[in-house]
Amino acid sequence: MSAEESGLRILGRAWCFGDDISTDALSPGAYAVAPPEVRAAHTLEAVNPRFAAEVRPGDVVVAGQNFGCGSSRETAPEGLKALGVGCVVAASFARLFLRNAVAIGLPALPCADAAAAVADGDDLEIDLEAGLVRNLKSGVTVRGRPLAAPMLDVLRAGGIAPLLRRRARGAGDRA
Amino acid sequence: MGLTMAEKILARASGQTAVVPGQFLTARVDAALLHDIFAVPVFEMLRGSGFSSVWDRARVLVVLDHLVPAPSVAAAEVHRRIREFVREFEMLHFFEAGTGICHQLVAERGLAQPGQLLLGTDSHTTTAGALGIGVTGIGTSEMAYVLATGELWFQVPPTIRVDLAGRLAAGVMWKDAVLELAGQIGSDGAQYQALEFGGPAAADVDIAGRLTIANMAVELGAKFGLFPADGATVRHFRRRNMDVDAFGPDVDARYARTVRLDLEELGPRVALPHAVDHVKPVQAVEGVPIHQAFIGSCTNGRLEDLRVAARILAGHRVHPRTRLLVAPASSQVERDAMSEGLLATLVDAGALLMPAGCGPCFGGHGGVLAAGERCIGTHNRNFPGRMGSPQAEIFLASPATVAASAVRGRITDPRRMLSPSPVWR
Ligand code: SF4
Repeated sequence: MSAEESGLRILGRAWCFGDDISTDALSPGAYAVAPPEVRAAHTLEAVNPRFAAEVRPGDVVVAGQNFGCGSSRETAPEGLKALGVGCVVAASFARLFLRNAVAIGLPALPCADAAAAVADGDDLEIDLEAGLVRNLKSGVTVRGRPLAAPMLDVLRAGGIAPLLRRRARGAGDRA
Repeated sequence: MGLTMAEKILARASGQTAVVPGQFLTARVDAALLHDIFAVPVFEMLRGSGFSSVWDRARVLVVLDHLVPAPSVAAAEVHRRIREFVREFEMLHFFEAGTGICHQLVAERGLAQPGQLLLGTDSHTTTAGALGIGVTGIGTSEMAYVLATGELWFQVPPTIRVDLAGRLAAGVMWKDAVLELAGQIGSDGAQYQALEFGGPAAADVDIAGRLTIANMAVELGAKFGLFPADGATVRHFRRRNMDVDAFGPDVDARYARTVRLDLEELGPRVALPHAVDHVKPVQAVEGVPIHQAFIGSCTNGRLEDLRVAARILAGHRVHPRTRLLVAPASSQVERDAMSEGLLATLVDAGALLMPAGCGPCFGGHGGVLAAGERCIGTHNRNFPGRMGSPQAEIFLASPATVAASAVRGRITDPRRMLSPSPVWR
């Protein structure tokens, strides 16, 4: 299956962030039990107060090391997904954020060189399977490390939820 | 070739004799842990997917610890729904508000054993790695999958070995040791890896200290933070009427790297805003005024921690421009601290006593910070917005340093307040 067919190719504008963007920044504890739309509206407000209001569907978050460090809260990738973020590209991800992103079907790509090759607002094209980040503005392409096959399988399925429903129906295993 | 503790745990859980770092596998889970922030979405997803029971209700623990007692109507609704789910799914292990922080309960009540695999909907699930249990955090969707199937995929992590050597000096605690480690290897230094503690001084670390260290393993990015289950661990379980076997790595286990932590040289440490690995000796920030001091959390809310705090606060008052919040990690800790007279000492010093649970640790309620306020706490995270306003500042330190700072109203080296005789660590 090609990347287009599986939905693993993403087009969007870049929003750049630094290292160690925490789950507290992504999904502040104060809104832990607030309705999802309220929670999403506070996504990253401690780092970039404009982000939640101005991000557009398909936009790409580009960040440095250890993105999503901190808590296990799935509301961290969920907030990004709810705002329509198409993909997170980071030099590295905290383990729990990456697991959760995959589990809810939010594409993620570890790529050490993306931050240096991308500026805020650049138009990007991401190929998750090949691990490529194309900067359509500068014409530069950098290569990341695509996720391992079992994680891409979950992403392709749209996350854990459809797999679980399939399992409940006894219609086969998860991958 | 020998196996590390993490490799042994994942090999056993996947029914294999050996595994290698990088390998993907499906592991059978021995126990699962949910708390009040995340239980509702887990049960909703489980039910919504068509499941009406969990894979093994004797192996699932549900704890109300984060928002206790309910501080808002929204939180009360969450608790109500959890209690309903607990009945609907006929959960056997449900812990009401005020019983304690989930990680403390796993350790205190022997809810999993050395060598087993326990997954929790909380990053600090790593805490009970102190007892040689394979414990780590996952998100709510994955937890729904675990509750439905009793299994989950894993990638075997490489292991970093941390050799502890020497003895802690007076006034220095195990919290200082793990903060020092965070400063040295960084908040992503153990990303996708397991930390395994060993070396000549590992056996000297009491269970409370091991829990503090393993708790913060996740602040270094680690999947597991494991201490071998040794004589002290076996005795810990025996006091709970459980017989467990010692459990540790093979002597010829292969490590990605080895880090040595010298305790001899170590003084009190403080993590400065806004990163857990932004660690400095306490001298570097002494005198910084603080508005709030917090003693508690799954990192440092145990009896041993309250003893140290009470020893420093005895005969003193919390500084008039500072408030001190104390939240015991569990009702058992609270009870023990009561009978030892520690709570009376703390309250006499002006501490505000909070219910057993997470307290102000994550900014959900009771003790949130205003913009421009500064807090020093014994907990484990100081990211912007962690305890309320993103414009507040959080310093992390040992119970000794926090207690001393509460008395002076400024960040204070606890060694200045050492009475000549007692030595603690
Ligand atoms: S005490 Fe703090 S770190 Fe521990 S479980 Fe509660 S909120 Fe999380």
